[in-house]
Amino acid sequence: MKKYIIQSIRLTLVLLVLLCVIYPITVAFIGKMSKGNGGGEKITKNGKTVGYVLLGQSFTKPQYFWGRPSAVAYNAAGSAGSNKGPSNPDYLKEVQTRIDTLLKYNPGLKKSDIPADMVTASGSGLDPNISEQGAAIQIQRVAAARKIDVKKVKELVAMNTLKPFMGVFGPSSVNVLKLNLALDEL
Amino acid sequence: MNTELTGIIATFLLTLVIAIPLGKYLAKVFAGEKVWTDFLKPLETGIYKLSGINVKEQMNWKQQMKALLTINILWLFYGFFVLIFQDKLPFNPDGNPGMTPDLAFNTIISFVANCNLQHYSGESGVSYLTQQFVLMFLQFVSAATGIAAAVVFFKAFRDKTTTQLGNFWEFFVKSITRLLLPLSVIVALILTFNGTPASYEGKDKFISLQGDTVNVSRGPAAQMIAIKHLGTNGGGYFGANSAHPFENPSYFTNMVELIAQVIIPIAMVIAFGYFIRRKKLAWTIFGVMTIGLFMLLIPMLSSELGGNPALAKMGISQSTGAMEGKEVRFGPAASAYWATVTTIISTGSVNSMHDSTMPMSGTWQLLGMMINSFYGGCGVGLLNYFIYLIVAVFISGLMVGRTPEFLGHKVEAREIKIAAMITLLSPFLILAGTAIASYIFTSHGDAAWAVQPKNWLNNPGFHGFSEMLYEMTSSNANNGSGFEGLGDNNIFWNLSTGIVIFLGRFLPIIGPVAIAGLLGAKKFIPESAGTLKTDTKTFALMTFAVILVLNALSYFPALALGPLAEYFTH
Repeated sequence: MKKYIIQSIRLTLVLLVLLCVIYPITVAFIGKMSKGNGGGEKITKNGKTVGYVLLGQSFTKPQYFWGRPSAVAYNAAGSAGSNKGPSNPDYLKEVQTRIDTLLKYNPGLKKSDIPADMVTASGSGLDPNISEQGAAIQIQRVAAARKIDVKKVKELVAMNTLKPFMGVFGPSSVNVLKLNLALDEL
Repeated sequence: MNTELTGIIATFLLTLVIAIPLGKYLAKVFAGEKVWTDFLKPLETGIYKLSGINVKEQMNWKQQMKALLTINILWLFYGFFVLIFQDKLPFNPDGNPGMTPDLAFNTIISFVANCNLQHYSGESGVSYLTQQFVLMFLQFVSAATGIAAAVVFFKAFRDKTTTQLGNFWEFFVKSITRLLLPLSVIVALILTFNGTPASYEGKDKFISLQGDTVNVSRGPAAQMIAIKHLGTNGGGYFGANSAHPFENPSYFTNMVELIAQVIIPIAMVIAFGYFIRRKKLAWTIFGVMTIGLFMLLIPMLSSELGGNPALAKMGISQSTGAMEGKEVRFGPAASAYWATVTTIISTGSVNSMHDSTMPMSGTWQLLGMMINSFYGGCGVGLLNYFIYLIVAVFISGLMVGRTPEFLGHKVEAREIKIAAMITLLSPFLILAGTAIASYIFTSHGDAAWAVQPKNWLNNPGFHGFSEMLYEMTSSNANNGSGFEGLGDNNIFWNLSTGIVIFLGRFLPIIGPVAIAGLLGAKKFIPESAGTLKTDTKTFALMTFAVILVLNALSYFPALALGPLAEYFTH
């Protein structure tokens, strides 16, 4: 028994060096060569960081495309979903409020055109994307608020749409932050 | 064809393409045969030397288990104290506080046991030191513990009669050097180059496009996410686990993480067959497990792709499926596939919030964890399956009126007793645990704990009951996922699930290894016309029936009170 205890202590110390020092530092070192140097890829505007490519932001003004509802208000110091069950009455009321908001700010929008992702909170609360349909229903509003041609906005949406992986795997999506940056640069 | 479905089919096929050769490789590694990774031998020799281990020393099953328990108990003490004092130790750039003793108790058991149930949030509950030197360290060594235990079990059936089952330390070290560590480097680098942070920089702060101040938690995440999947651990670096865009940046990384978590459990089944030179048995087991996967996956896909009927009633388009708690870049199909594999194998990482999935999906997630052996966790999945196998052998033996045998060894009263106790342990822990929790919720709602029992549940009614049932099931299965709405960081849940995780980990390892050790020591009986063959389709069906009947009898009432009731009243 005593032998096992001593062997366990020594083996643990050796493995701590291998697994918690050598391994992670090697990966971090090689990771320096990745975009964002292993610290997450940033987006800069006029030399200032305005966000991370992978992290969604809160957009509430009419001239911006809106992202999905978030349980953490897009503050990336934390991350969480709403964890609301599908039949929870309070949750369904919340969804109704979101539908009403969308209808109010997007004149001419039909309820049956609203995709589920625009009225449901994401798993992380930081989802950077919306569905193509989620962007499509906001084009009129954004164009009107910015007083620009609807066609121009449509083009930008198409340019910022990410097709399925290799064209055949998974859903397509629109990166909201990149799209809004492109709008600001017009 | 729908691109979401082609995505999961491709993921599954790629998993097999990698897992099957990996299984053959593992059989050779553990048999000590020549493999191309033998250039790592000097590293292993160095580790043995520094640790004072002589790998030539043979151990019987009891010595194996003593070695396993000794080192696991050592990690419990080591991790407990580091977690409590993390605020006073270095590498805490965000200044996070030390854990309370009950939270540390829960967390350390959870990570030693390969469960990774997390009652803290990665961003605010742990330091960089504890993320790496406790949590990530344990993700490696707990997976290696499970694999080494499974190899001991392989050893018992390789030779005709033997009590010499090899050296535990050798299996344990080789699991790391020949499998977990090299694969982790590859997966971690893939993640890093696709956007996951890997550096040691602390929190960042920026002003968003609209003018809000946003803080961003970062840190060496890629390294941990690689092993959390390869080792079927599941404990995330960030609170939202693999739903977080940093932990799982794209559909491609989602495929990589999905493949990474399933390859070793499948490889272990294949390795078993090649190691004991009974390939057909391995393929039969693999067949049963795979059918099990699809029986849980297909209905879950159908309910998630179908969307939430309550939202459909409100007039919302459900063409994108149920999206509450899901990420747009994965979509409902890849989320349902993930929810299935993460519950049948014991990973417990999530890329969508299970609490918000459809009621029937909750049923399949719970069933996956209750059965806990369709592939199952690293090494331990096969050990769990072995218990069902022994029960099936016993019942078949009774039906044909012969003494039951498994691989040339008589299965007698002692082995059956152990198998029966292990079979009964899970329902006992899950149901008794949920019953106690429900009692406290209804009768002692005002108890002065960190979260008052009356405020435990995030959802009313049947779904609330499911939250408690899920927590106990996940703990017993060493899964670690949760219906995360549950207010679980308080003394009741920390202590109760800690105890359930501990028992649900070590007894189901010791039981099957003991049975294998006892069987292996018995006289070998050559096969005859009257031998019950365990590698036939008939026997596969028998095992499947045993799995279904045992689990249905144990859990149907509890499932009926939770997700089934919600489904029928929804």
